[in-house]
Amino acid sequence: MAATDIAAFVGPYPYRYVQQAATADWLLLQMDRLGIARAWVGYLPSILHKDPALGNAALEEIVAPHHDRLLPTPTLHPGRPRFEDDLNAAIAMGAPAVRLFPQYQGLDPAGAEMRVATTALGVAGLPAVLTVRIEDARQRHPADLAPEFPAAAVRTLIRNDRDVRLLVVHADRAFIEEVHFGLTPDEAGRVLWDISWLWGPPEDHLGILLGTVGHERFAFGTGMPLRIPDAVVAKLDLSDLPAAVRDDIEGGNLERWRGRTG
Amino acid sequence: MLIDVHAHFFTERSGRGDWRDVNARRLAAGERMGITAHVASILGSWGHRSPTYFPSPGDVTHANEAMLELQRAHPGRVFGYCVVNPNYAEHALDEVTCRLEAGMVGIKLAASRRANDPLLDPLAEAAMEWGVPVLQHVWQHRRRDWPGQEASDAVELAELADRHPGTQFILAHLGGGGDWSHTLRVVQGRGNIWIDLSGSGVDTDMVHQALETVGPAQLVWGTDVTMGTGWGKLRYLESLGLHEDDLNLIRGGNARAIFPAGVFDGGD
Repeated sequence: MAATDIAAFVGPYPYRYVQQAATADWLLLQMDRLGIARAWVGYLPSILHKDPALGNAALEEIVAPHHDRLLPTPTLHPGRPRFEDDLNAAIAMGAPAVRLFPQYQGLDPAGAEMRVATTALGVAGLPAVLTVRIEDARQRHPADLAPEFPAAAVRTLIRNDRDVRLLVVHADRAFIEEVHFGLTPDEAGRVLWDISWLWGPPEDHLGILLGTVGHERFAFGTGMPLRIPDAVVAKLDLSDLPAAVRDDIEGGNLERWRGRTG
Repeated sequence: MLIDVHAHFFTERSGRGDWRDVNARRLAAGERMGITAHVASILGSWGHRSPTYFPSPGDVTHANEAMLELQRAHPGRVFGYCVVNPNYAEHALDEVTCRLEAGMVGIKLAASRRANDPLLDPLAEAAMEWGVPVLQHVWQHRRRDWPGQEASDAVELAELADRHPGTQFILAHLGGGGDWSHTLRVVQGRGNIWIDLSGSGVDTDMVHQALETVGPAQLVWGTDVTMGTGWGKLRYLESLGLHEDDLNLIRGGNARAIFPAGVFDGGD
């Protein structure tokens, strides 16, 4: 099975000059090289926009010529008036999910706006993509003071409503363990994790989590263009997983998860 | 030829029950990746008995002995750096003499003392006399003190390198945290500092800027604790269409020039 990348972006990033970032062509080049069939693509500038909805039109324009492979994953602001209009626009553009960055929008990650927004998304059949961190805290721009998304907020949001489904990306081992084992099995089943921030061998946090949390809870994400996508593929290669397990991580789990709860 | 200039192993003093498994997984992953030489260190007891970056003399000695055992157990494949704590100056120099005589191929300076501290001068001189490089743990553009270590940045390493122009220095883990673009500006054009690409950081622009700023002749490949990230960076480099000679410099050609002549010939 060819992979689906749930943690990809296009557009310039304000804190670093990522020369490749602006283009869909670069993303597609990497996807072709690495056997990635589809990518759920966010728009990097929207992370910092006061009104990210305006950038979603730009995202749609960028990915439209490649709609069979690049799926727009727009950013919404749960605190903005007429949030529901932005959600409807996301549905209209065929988004498979919506990205929320409360830590960059001055919102309480588990506050009322986020609880309402994730519930509304769930009712609409869309998962929310939550990003624990854009960059490693050690290397951030001095002006990038946004806190990391807290594990406690994931637990709060998922418990808030049975329709809520969360795709959490860029989480490390401790974060995943704290959330997974802090939820009931039913609650934990409504969370999917990408593997981009997990260490492979020799420490092998990925291998440990596949054995404890279960491989069905994981999906494939790269973080490109900020992060080199080869690192995730290399990690899977080093893990020597059974073909069926690798297929599930690369896309099967995502499809089944969407079908079951969508 | 693929030389990992920044590897680590563990011992029974590391306080973890899986230390043998982790060591074995490193070697197995190396096989898979095509690593021909692991140049490695053991940072004392990794915090179990004394702090990782401020190891006690006893933990330093034990770790270096264990590293030498690994080197002997895997001839031509595993090579040791001698770890020291420069605050124990006499012990540090004794360790360097003893371990290099026994076949270690480099000196590892972690974060017990800033790189520009005069306490490091005798160690840098010893490295030159023995013809081995110094691998210096670096926090890329340290803007404040971080707990658990007296980390150095590229500016401080450059001061040491300027004082010892005949010594070869490897600036550790460009992807290991901090502002790598600051480091690249500092190292650019310096003849006796090489940058290792190891670390968990896999920033796309880091690789591009490293190639453009310091170039392949000043880059060496390594993994540090996370091997998948090292392999990912290597694969990405291979995808960029670099000239084969430049790629080979990064894969191991530069390392062969930095470490004692012929030391890696058995692993090719």
